Amino acid sequence: MIRIAILGFGTVGRGVAEVLSMKRDMIERKIGKYGVVAIADSRSSISGEFSLLEAIAYKEERGRLPYDKTPRELLDEIDFDVLIETTPTDVKTGEPGLSYIKEAIRRDADVITSNKGPLVVAFSEIMEMAERHGVRIGYEATVGGAMPVIKLVSRELAGNRIFRIRGILNGTTNYILSRMEKEGMPYSQILSEAKEMGIAEADPSYDVDGIDAGAKLVIIANTIFNISASLNDVKIKGISGITPEAFRVAGEKGYTIRLIAEADENGRLDVSPRLVKLTNPLAIYGTMNALLVETDLAGEIFVIGKGAGKKETASAIISDLVDMYGRNNRSG
Amino acid sequence: MIVTIVVELDDKPGQLLKVIEPISRMGGNIISIVHDRHRVTPMKKIPVEFVVDIKSDRLERLIELIREAKIQVRSYNEMRLLATESFLLIGHIIHTDLSDTINTIDKTGFAEVVEARITMPKLDEPSTALITISARGKEEMRKAVELLKEVCERKNIMVIEPLNDDLV
Ligand SMILES: NC(=O)c1ccc[n+]([C@@H]2O[C@H](COP(=O)([O-])OP(=O)(O)OC[C@H]3O[C@@H](n4cnc5c(N)ncnc54)[C@H](OP(=O)(O)O)[C@@H]3O)[C@@H](O)[C@H]2O)c1
Repeated sequence: MIRIAILGFGTVGRGVAEVLSMKRDMIERKIGKYGVVAIADSRSSISGEFSLLEAIAYKEERGRLPYDKTPRELLDEIDFDVLIETTPTDVKTGEPGLSYIKEAIRRDADVITSNKGPLVVAFSEIMEMAERHGVRIGYEATVGGAMPVIKLVSRELAGNRIFRIRGILNGTTNYILSRMEKEGMPYSQILSEAKEMGIAEADPSYDVDGIDAGAKLVIIANTIFNISASLNDVKIKGISGITPEAFRVAGEKGYTIRLIAEADENGRLDVSPRLVKLTNPLAIYGTMNALLVETDLAGEIFVIGKGAGKKETASAIISDLVDMYGRNNRSG
Repeated sequence: MIVTIVVELDDKPGQLLKVIEPISRMGGNIISIVHDRHRVTPMKKIPVEFVVDIKSDRLERLIELIREAKIQVRSYNEMRLLATESFLLIGHIIHTDLSDTINTIDKTGFAEVVEARITMPKLDEPSTALITISARGKEEMRKAVELLKEVCERKNIMVIEPLNDDLV
C-alpha cells in the first residue's frame, strides 16, 4: 500500500483528500492500493486509521483536526511513502514547506508539492538531495494549476531543444487586464471588484507586482534550462501603472497588454506587461493561464488552462501521484 | 529622412571637406562617417560612407552638389530600416519633453522614431504614447530599445515592450 501524508489542509490539501476519496477506484486501478496515514494543518493533525471524508468534515466544521500533535511531531513519528505538501507559499524563506520537504527526502519518501516557495528558494538543493536519496519530486501543481507544464517540458518534449518560453502565469492579473481592455475601467476599480469576487487577495501585491508569476517562471526555467535561478534573477515589473487609456492606444494598432513571463536559453528571465498582438495566442482572457513553448523539433507548443482552484490544483497533484506510482507499481 | 551616401575619395587631405561642406549647406545633419582606409578600390580610391539626416526634397540637390565638387558618388539611398517595433509609453510624457525622448533614438543614426501617437492627458494624469521605432537591423533595434528604456527610466516613464518574435 502507498502510504500518503498530507501537510497543509486548506483549499488544496482538502481538494486532494476529496479526490483521493471520491475517485479511489479509478486511481487505484492505476497505482494500486493507497491510504492517507496522516494529515496536519498549522497546529493540529490526524493519523492512524481514519476516514478522509470525516477528516475533511471535521476540519470544515471546527477549523482544526482532532489531535494536538503538530506537523513536526507527526513527521517524526509516522512512516509514509509520499508527502503531499500544500502549506502556504513563502518565496523568501520557502518555509514551512522547505523543512518538511527536506525531512521527507531524508526519510527516503517521495514528495509532491503545490507550494512554490521551497522550489523558488532551493530548487537545485532539493533536486540534488532527492537524487541522492533516490526519491522523486512532483511539482506540477506549483505552476499553471491544472495546465500541464512541468511534465510537458521535461517529458513530452524530451529530445527537443527549448529556445524560449513565454506565458501568462497569473490568473488574477490576467483577469484585471482583460477587463481593463474590454470595459475601459480604471485599474483600481477592477482590482477592488476582483477582491470582492475572491479573484484577488486582500493584499494583492504578490499577484499584481508580478512576484507570483516570477516565482513560477523561476521554477519552469530551472526545470527547462537546468539553471539554478532564484527570484532575484528575474526582472519583474507589475501591472499597477497601466491605464485604460493605454489599452485604447494599443488597441488602435491591433495590440493589447498582458503580463508576460518570459525565459530563454540565454538566461533572460523577465516578467513585465507587454504589447501583445490581438491575434497572438497569448492574448487570452479571464483568469486563464497559458504557455507558449518554442522548440527545435516540435516547433511551437501552446497550452492553456485554469491556473488555480481547488479541483484544478488537485488534478495536478493526482497527476504527479499517478505519474510516480503508475507504471512502477510499488503497492505489492 | 536618413540616407546613406557612399562616395569614393582620393587618399589625400581635404577630401572629406568636399562632401561635408555641401551637406551642411543643404541643412543636412551628419550622423556618422565610416572611413575605411583598408578598403581601397582598384582605382586607389577610398570608399567613405556618410549617414545623413536631411529633408527628403533636398537629397537630389545635395547629390548634385557633391558631384559638382568632382567627387564620385557610388551610391545613395534611404537607409534601409529592417526592423520595426511599437512601444507604449505611460507617464508624464509631455512634461518630460517627448521630443528629447524621440531625439535620443533619432540621433543614433541606426534607428528612428517613425510614428508617435500621443493621447492628451487629463490634468495631472499620466499620458500614453505609442511610438514606432525602425532600425537597420535586429541588433540596432536592441540597442535602440536599451536607450529608450534608459531615458524613460530617468524620466519615470513606463515602457511596455512588444512581444515580438524578432527581438530575441
Ligand atoms: N489555491 C490554489 O488554487 C492554489 C493553486 C496552486 C498552488 N497553490 C499553493 O498551494 C499551497 C496551498 O494553498 P491553499 O490555497 O490550499 O492555501 P490555504 O487554504 O491557506 O491552506 C494552507 C494550509 O496550510 C496550513 N499551514 C499553515 N502553516 C503551516 C505549518 N507551519 N505547518 C503545517 N501546515 C501549515 C494551514 O493550516 P490552518 O488550516 O491551520 O490555517 C492550511 O491548512 C500554497 O503554497 C499555494 O500557493 C494554491
